Amino acid sequence: MSVHAKSSPLKTYFAVWIALLFGTFLTYEVAKIDLGPFNAAVALIIATTKALLVALFFMHLKGAGERLLKLVVISTIFFLFILLGLAMADYGTRGYH
Amino acid sequence: MSDSSVVAVHGEAHGGTDDPALRHHFATEEQQRNASSLGMWIFLATEVMFFGGLFCSYLIYRHWYFGDFAAASKSIDAALGGTNTAVLICSSLTVVLAIWAAQTAQRTLMLAMLILTMLFGLAFLGIKGKEYKDKFDEHHVPGSSFSFEHEQIPGHPDQYANPRHAEIFFALYFIMTGLHALHMIVGLGVFTWLLTMAWKGRFTPHYHTPLEIGGLYWHFVDIVWIYLFPLLYLIDRHP
Repeated sequence: MSVHAKSSPLKTYFAVWIALLFGTFLTYEVAKIDLGPFNAAVALIIATTKALLVALFFMHLKGAGERLLKLVVISTIFFLFILLGLAMADYGTRGYH
Repeated sequence: MSDSSVVAVHGEAHGGTDDPALRHHFATEEQQRNASSLGMWIFLATEVMFFGGLFCSYLIYRHWYFGDFAAASKSIDAALGGTNTAVLICSSLTVVLAIWAAQTAQRTLMLAMLILTMLFGLAFLGIKGKEYKDKFDEHHVPGSSFSFEHEQIPGHPDQYANPRHAEIFFALYFIMTGLHALHMIVGLGVFTWLLTMAWKGRFTPHYHTPLEIGGLYWHFVDIVWIYLFPLLYLIDRHP
């Protein structure tokens, strides 16, 4: 074990784990406070922070050097935003239903 | 650069036969590992779009029927959902610890972490089952026995939620959490296979790509839940 101590990622893993648990507690408690329209925004910001922590540290996107991998990840997020953004721009600005 | 080309020539010269873990059509182990993980990430991209469509319809109906969605969301036990979030986060930790154990050649720790991951997965499904049972008991399952009468809209004590609109919320709730649970069941299958491979001693500090690939899938399912939890359970919880 001591041989690998110099590059041991354990500290990072446990720190991320604590941060994720804290984020869960935070999102649960914040939901009980009336922030008007900002409740949803705060919930999504916390969720996205947690998702980023998982992706960067547990899925090792941080430090991934491969360009092809970056292209796949960035285009995934890009197309998800096209799906959600354009659909909501349409439904949110017209008097459907 | 010169380093990798030397290794490449070495790999070709031996045709990969000296290393059972290196397939002959890859030049180096690193290239093989990168190809595997890229393939998994492309699969996860399709998964993002798959769940993305459901999130999109959720957003549209929530935008239209916010009060009804808030009332329906309030009827779900958020403590169970929060516990399940914590359970999944713990399982993600045990996954990275299992990979770390493989990298540092700690067989017992690796096996323990894989078993622990699966136990967390089973606990998640058990809690989910309790939640579903509550919904069945309360007649909140969309269909002929669905009932959501005289439920107040949070913040509007004089208004009742429209049962038809609440039914849309519950339909989305069951489809999204159900598909997520299905992913968990598939994940448990994947981890059963990983555990078998680990038990047979197939993973070394040198070669443990299946663990990393299976781990990517498990973490992705965790991320989906990280979004499902606030969106379905915590729409409008303040008194």
